[in-house]
Amino acid sequence: MLAPDPAARQPLLRLAGVHTHIGAYHILHGVDLQVARGELAVLLGRNGAGKTTTLRTIMGLWRASSGSIHFDGHDITRLATPAIARAGIAYVPENMAVFSDLTVRENLVLAARNGPPDTARVDWICSFFPALRTFWHRPAGNLSGGQKQMVAIARAMVEPRTLLLVDEPTKGLAPAIVHSLMAAFRELKAQGTTILLVEQNVQVVRALGDTASVMDDGHVVHAGPMAVLAGDAALQQRLLGLSLDPHL
Amino acid sequence: MSIAPVAPPADSQLPAIRRDIAPLLLVPLLMLAMLPLVGNLATWLTLSVAGLAMGMMIFIMASGLTLVFGLMNVINFGHGAFIAAGAFSATLVLLPLRGWLEMDSLTLNLGVLALAIVVAMLVTGLLGWAFERLLIQPVYGQHLKQILVTMGGMIVAEQLIHVVWGAETIAVPLPTALRGAFLLGDAAIDKYRLVAVAIGMVVFVAMYLILNRTKIGLLVRAGVEHGEMVEALGYRIRRLFVMVFAAGASLAGLGGVMWGLYKETLTAAMGGEIMVMLFIVIIIGGLGSVGGCFIGALLIALVANYAGFLAPNVALVSSIVLMVSVLLWRPAGLYATGRG
Repeated sequence: MLAPDPAARQPLLRLAGVHTHIGAYHILHGVDLQVARGELAVLLGRNGAGKTTTLRTIMGLWRASSGSIHFDGHDITRLATPAIARAGIAYVPENMAVFSDLTVRENLVLAARNGPPDTARVDWICSFFPALRTFWHRPAGNLSGGQKQMVAIARAMVEPRTLLLVDEPTKGLAPAIVHSLMAAFRELKAQGTTILLVEQNVQVVRALGDTASVMDDGHVVHAGPMAVLAGDAALQQRLLGLSLDPHL
Repeated sequence: MSIAPVAPPADSQLPAIRRDIAPLLLVPLLMLAMLPLVGNLATWLTLSVAGLAMGMMIFIMASGLTLVFGLMNVINFGHGAFIAAGAFSATLVLLPLRGWLEMDSLTLNLGVLALAIVVAMLVTGLLGWAFERLLIQPVYGQHLKQILVTMGGMIVAEQLIHVVWGAETIAVPLPTALRGAFLLGDAAIDKYRLVAVAIGMVVFVAMYLILNRTKIGLLVRAGVEHGEMVEALGYRIRRLFVMVFAAGASLAGLGGVMWGLYKETLTAAMGGEIMVMLFIVIIIGGLGSVGGCFIGALLIALVANYAGFLAPNVALVSSIVLMVSVLLWRPAGLYATGRG
């Protein structure tokens, strides 16, 4: 079990001065980030800004070389990845990492650590992603990119988790599938799951996100309510090099 | 564990799954193709059963190697040490109980053999555990160091066998009940080869069931493809690594016992001598694929047997020719795993 850390109690997730090196490369340069319990936080930024590295560092897949990461009041900076996952964090990587040799059912069985997946919860997941029911006994490797993304998200949803880290889930997907994903995130959030979502498609998340943080060159250069960023075209242009307003 | 919370729709509504059965047909096709070339049904049957038996023993020895490579991405040139260690450990039972082996009692013979196999698998499993902790763990992800360290480990293991059992070749008695052959028409089928086929099938079926019907099996299969994701789901893959490595060593130990009894002599170098063939088998099968390893082992042994009968000069290179042919057809082996 994790040792309680009373000093870090307020935000569910707090990164303070996190630096990450990958080999000789210094990727994160002192990331400060907070995610409050129950919110959907969106992490934005250009390619190479350090968003994926931030999520992987939280999961312990890459080690923070300095700084601290607190989750639910506990210091998880030095924990191994399995311990971080067991603390209540689910992770959906950018490449989905679906087990292609395993069926959809087996992917979900593996993600359910506490015994067989709950029938009602699986039905609930399938209400967002009906294709999972259709391809239940099919190898996940035979599915399309969108269907694989559904499996990856479903795997993270199969048991209740406190925090969900999702890395660019809508990349290259058809609008109908993106709509299903967003509906699932909205429902998860309504049930109290905290979500940290890395996304390039800001149009998709502007209505969904509570807060928006923007990264650039390994730093968080902006953090605040999504409404502030969404309502300030000049700020969007400066931070992201684009406008969130729909193109006419 | 299993779940069935959602009733899938009838298969007729779904696109058909494209099953890759071509490699499965290779063994029967090869056997049928050789029948007219061999020309004599009894000779063909004898060669085929001998090839299948040898293939099963090779599969038992190679299955652990392919699993270790597939899951752990470790090139273990020291695998042969477990084969030799298994065979020599079995002598701790076989030699003191030689009297029971030579009695004309199937029960006693098989009892001693089973006990020898259990001892060999336990000893090699423990050795595998220690080997992984001491030698493999510091060199994960470093292939060149893995080759050097595991080859070094095998040399040390061979010398330790010399220290414990001496440098002389040791003769091991085949159980009396397993000597001789059944006559099927004019074909002579060695009893021991039938036992080897049976044990090989049991190992294959057990591995298939464990890999496909248990959560441990799911973890191994998932770990072969995305070890990092398995960790992100909350499973300690390092523990899985040790378990698989020890299981692979145990299987090598079992193979060593079978191989030693087949040859009826043991040398410390017996594992190292067969390593090249084992690597050819797992390359043909597709690195990390147990099913591919099974088919590859049978193909290698059958081709060697048929070639030895039809063209003895070609037999020396038959394995290499087979490997090149398979790789020209399927560059990643018969069944490529997700690792690619």
